[in-house]
Amino acid sequence: MILPHLPALQVVVPLLAAPLCVVLRRTAVAYGLAFLASWAAFAISVLLLLQVLDSPGGVISYELGGWAPPWGIEYRIDPLNAYVMLIVAAIGAVVITYAGPSVAREIAEPQRYLFYTSYLLCLSGLLGVTVTGDAFNVFVFLEISSLSSYILISVGATPKALTAAYRYLIFGTIGATFYLIGVGLLYQMTGTLNMADLAQRVPPLAGNRTILVAFAFIAVGVGMKAALFPLHIWLPNAYAYAPSVVSAFLAATATKVAVYVLIRVYLTIFGAEFSIAGMGIGYVFMPFAIAAMFVGSAVAIFQPDVKRMLAYSSVAQIGYIVLGFGIATALGVTAGILHLFNHALMKGSMFLALGCVFYRTGAVTIESMHGLAGRMPWTTAAFVGGGLGIIGVPLTAGFISKWYLVTAALERGWWWLAALILLSSLLAIVYVWRVVEAAYFRPAPAGAPAGEAPFPMLVATWALVAANVYFGLDTRLSVGVAERAAAALMGGGP
Amino acid sequence: MAWLGLYNYWIVVFLMMAGLYIVIARENLIKKLVGLNVFQASVFILYITVGKVDGGTAPIIAEGIEVYSNPLPHVLILTAIVVGVATTALGLALVVRINEAYGTIEDDELEERERET
Repeated sequence: MILPHLPALQVVVPLLAAPLCVVLRRTAVAYGLAFLASWAAFAISVLLLLQVLDSPGGVISYELGGWAPPWGIEYRIDPLNAYVMLIVAAIGAVVITYAGPSVAREIAEPQRYLFYTSYLLCLSGLLGVTVTGDAFNVFVFLEISSLSSYILISVGATPKALTAAYRYLIFGTIGATFYLIGVGLLYQMTGTLNMADLAQRVPPLAGNRTILVAFAFIAVGVGMKAALFPLHIWLPNAYAYAPSVVSAFLAATATKVAVYVLIRVYLTIFGAEFSIAGMGIGYVFMPFAIAAMFVGSAVAIFQPDVKRMLAYSSVAQIGYIVLGFGIATALGVTAGILHLFNHALMKGSMFLALGCVFYRTGAVTIESMHGLAGRMPWTTAAFVGGGLGIIGVPLTAGFISKWYLVTAALERGWWWLAALILLSSLLAIVYVWRVVEAAYFRPAPAGAPAGEAPFPMLVATWALVAANVYFGLDTRLSVGVAERAAAALMGGGP
Repeated sequence: MAWLGLYNYWIVVFLMMAGLYIVIARENLIKKLVGLNVFQASVFILYITVGKVDGGTAPIIAEGIEVYSNPLPHVLILTAIVVGVATTALGLALVVRINEAYGTIEDDELEERERET
């Protein structure tokens, strides 16, 4: 009875829980609601993934309000968005489990219920972007998630969080509006907004000037949202000054969802043949992806603030994800989607570990982490666990996605690209090592605060570290679904 | 003079570029938001223009009228306007808080103060 409506519930549950938080006001109640709604969303995403994998065509189509597509809004779920939804909902559930003590430490009591409201809105927006099969609906959900993430960032401890949120607002709005222009031009040429319908009607129009302009507008707009180098300037400050919970949540989900939109637009709507063979989209994105890998990692090395360092590392990692897309073969796209999934786990666990450090010590600079291994052994170990994944050490999820990236590069005969991937991984060793050195080999200053973070925070952090190791060993789920998604996307193309 | 017939699009392009230029070139945070609004308004006009059917009237069913303009872009733009209003409101709220925290809303001065701390 309830099973056929899961696609709608995926968005509706957190969306309805959000205003309830405002009405009920009490922090404990709001937290409870957010907790339940996030875990419910996670359960729904798991069920949806199972349904999609079981269904014969690999696609679930849900008619919102009973209006048949292409007139009504269709929620269309295939392996790709079920996969992205799973990771977004999983991070949402883990982070909310973590949030209680951390939010109590970093956000003033009267604002807390509003914080949870924004968190739920952001989650439902991100899930909405992934679940919908309507190009305009994507814009609406993108803006729901972006508007709430500006709020989430602005409640950071220092006034710098305010300017970071403002700059993100300007960038995010320009990006979303560029996407809107692109969708408007597509609608002008085809008269439809349904993605499956667009996928039928756009390729025959290939080469039309309006379609080309739409193609370019969407690339720049979504590139801004995804913080693809050189459109990433908003990201470091936004992640560095946001509350710990928000940095972890957004770093693991928001940019990933934007990359998902990029893949969806270019490989589903425009189609692999037009985008890759016709427009050479891979060659457009690849130089920026490679630049992101090197510039992001190199800048990360020189950051005294560890949170800011991780933010720059995120810029680099988005480079790897887009690089997979840029290689533009089924294997490359698999690697990109796989890294999207794995990076969410790794970067999520690192930001959560930093949140634990901030909870105890009140700072996240390299200096404040001297001797941390003795003071907070579990937290430090979790950070290093995530860091090993970022470097791509075997037995971690990061190794699997780097392996697939290198294999995809070699498959195309681009050994230089494989070399670049390995070289940029060396930079990751340097910036992770800086923290390891400070935490394990420097003496703790006298009177430095010691003791582990509260239990829920540690459990959530370690859950992600464990997932990071698990998906490094058992890749049936992560690689299996990514391969199916890439095969479906690249079906018609080279 | 075929291009004159498409004057809506010339207005759209002019507003779009003017708005984007204001966002980039102005240091004042409020002026940036104004520019952002002009930029968004240009997209609204683009959509409305797309929905116009030659000789069509407002899409309300009435006796003796055969040709209607396409109502869908209007509805889409209503949604986009709501998003725009929310963005502007949030942006202005942030500017108020920035002014309270820093005592200025000039971007270059803000950057200087952030570097000092």
